[in-house]
Amino acid sequence: MLKILKYSFFDLMRSRWSYVYFAFYLLLGVVLLFLNNDLSKAVITLMNVIIVLVPLIGTIFGVMYYYNSQEFTELLLAQPIKRSSIFLGQYLGVALSLSMSLILGLGIPFVFYGLFESSAIWDFSLLLITGTFLTLIFTALAFNIALSNENKIKGFGYAILLWLFLAVIYDGLFLMTLIMFEDYPLDKLSLIGTMLNPIDLSRTLILLKLDISALLGYTGAVFKQFFGTSFGLVVSFFMLTVWVILPVLRIVFKAKKKDF
Amino acid sequence: MKNRILFFIAIFMAWSSIAQTITVCKTCTVSTIQSAITQAKDFDTIIIKKGTYKEHAIIVDKPLTIIGEKYPVIDGELKGEIITIISDDVTVDGLFIINVGTSYTEDYAAIRVKNSKNFVIQNLVLEKLFFGIYIEKSRDGKVYHNKIIGDAVEEYNSGNGIQLWYSKNVEIEHNFVQHVRDGIYLEFSDDCLIKNNVSTLNVRYGLHFMFSNDDIYQDNTFENNGAGVAVMFSKRIKMYNNLFKENWGTASYGMLLKEINDAEIIGNTFEDNTIGINIEGSNRIIYKHNNFSNNGWAIKVKGACYTNTFTENNFLYNSFDIAYNSNVNDNIFDKNFWSNYTGYDLDKNGIGDIPFRPVKLFSYIVNRTPETIILLRSMFIDIIDFSEKVSPVFTPDDLLDNNPLIKKLTW
Repeated sequence: MLKILKYSFFDLMRSRWSYVYFAFYLLLGVVLLFLNNDLSKAVITLMNVIIVLVPLIGTIFGVMYYYNSQEFTELLLAQPIKRSSIFLGQYLGVALSLSMSLILGLGIPFVFYGLFESSAIWDFSLLLITGTFLTLIFTALAFNIALSNENKIKGFGYAILLWLFLAVIYDGLFLMTLIMFEDYPLDKLSLIGTMLNPIDLSRTLILLKLDISALLGYTGAVFKQFFGTSFGLVVSFFMLTVWVILPVLRIVFKAKKKDF
Repeated sequence: MKNRILFFIAIFMAWSSIAQTITVCKTCTVSTIQSAITQAKDFDTIIIKKGTYKEHAIIVDKPLTIIGEKYPVIDGELKGEIITIISDDVTVDGLFIINVGTSYTEDYAAIRVKNSKNFVIQNLVLEKLFFGIYIEKSRDGKVYHNKIIGDAVEEYNSGNGIQLWYSKNVEIEHNFVQHVRDGIYLEFSDDCLIKNNVSTLNVRYGLHFMFSNDDIYQDNTFENNGAGVAVMFSKRIKMYNNLFKENWGTASYGMLLKEINDAEIIGNTFEDNTIGINIEGSNRIIYKHNNFSNNGWAIKVKGACYTNTFTENNFLYNSFDIAYNSNVNDNIFDKNFWSNYTGYDLDKNGIGDIPFRPVKLFSYIVNRTPETIILLRSMFIDIIDFSEKVSPVFTPDDLLDNNPLIKKLTW
């Protein structure tokens, strides 16, 4: 598995898209930090970018990589290698190279900016950690979609739909549900609703740092326990890990059964 | 001859009024404070040496100066009120008063000033108290440099740090109040000056006004209280250069204004509060040169607020700048700096070319269904906020800052 991981990783490292992705984050980081005089505003903008863009790129890249390397995968399948290690290797190769572009692209400008002396280091590390988690989750989801669809166009369509659903539509439905049932106690429902969407989950995680004073404005014991203590942080991280593990397990399961 | 008689009379009066000094200590002839007061004549000075004096219900009924040397401890042993001043011109200085009794029927205080004028209470340290300094129906006094540290947990069985009741023209400066119910409480008290105090970690309010008019408070710090300052049913209060910080919680405000008219709120800083200012039924208030940064809600307008003007304030990185619960607006927003402003300034006059709408649709939704706060900063919310900005339906459409500033204000 490690060999395939290494191969995929270096293959991607040589590819143009990784550089474009890396350069994009580098540019974003530099512009936000050096042309903007306020660090808190930069962190908020970065959060918006990470929450929207990282899942999108993770999905598209994952699907694209799978379809592009299909012939190579078939070649590998002919060798005496375990199927799970082929697909996990490829998955990790994509996910890790994307995460690396993200971390280096945003990290380098921040290091030059003098992040280690600034108080925003925790906000910023949290951003990078959630960004990495989102990459892992959405690449895994993309591999799932690609494995289940032989048709490339269909695969891309589903991938974009998945992103659109989780990034925008889900929140709309969520908001409508909350408003429709506003006469009932909703704090548990709203927390569960958040847990079921990795994008919302990462957003909440960052909100815990940025907007804690607003979040504490709501009267609810469950909310208070969740946001007021480190309980919220622990649960969110746990759920993000679950969100990584489940799609990866499905990749393994699906790859075993699939007829090539 | 007449002049000489007058001269002698004057000399005599001067001699008789020369203040005598009585020293109280454990081994002296006068060993209790109460007996020293009984022996003393008007305008005498009582010096209390270092030591512990287990006394309560000390009544100061003549104009005296009571000075503690190296903070003598007066221990009330939780039996009730400790010092009661019922005479004019009393000065109390440098005492350490502990263990005030708690009662549910009477407001026991560490030191109470009753119906008197020209009192000075300074350099006291009060601990384990019910009420700290209680000034009732008195005027023209000063309360300086006191340190009040309570141990209040619940509202119903705790008292206030400094309480004024039907008092006039009292100066409260440089006091440090912690862990009581209300740090400083004014009821029916006019023309008072509250300056340079630090009021933190109180159960209810850092500073509380009720039915008090024409008061000034400035340069105070209110941090981590149940709510910073509550100003209720008062007129013409001036609030200058105070700091309101980290008042967090569900019903927590930097400042709560209720039924306030003609006040001035200038130069204050509101930082990291759940709600910076909560306004209800307040009219003709001037908000100028204030900094609102990193609050949940910078300003929450609850209704019945007319002709207030908000000019030249900084709104920096608040989750919500302004929240309204109706779509009627009669308040003026002009020349503020909003960090959420996304417009441009083509003619480079420092004023944005398109007006700014400080009220978002989402703040209206959160007002209706508080749980939706969990969707804060979601992309869907940004989209609906944008569409509301383009054509306002739920939020007041005339609530605009027509001259939003491009650069943060400094003064």
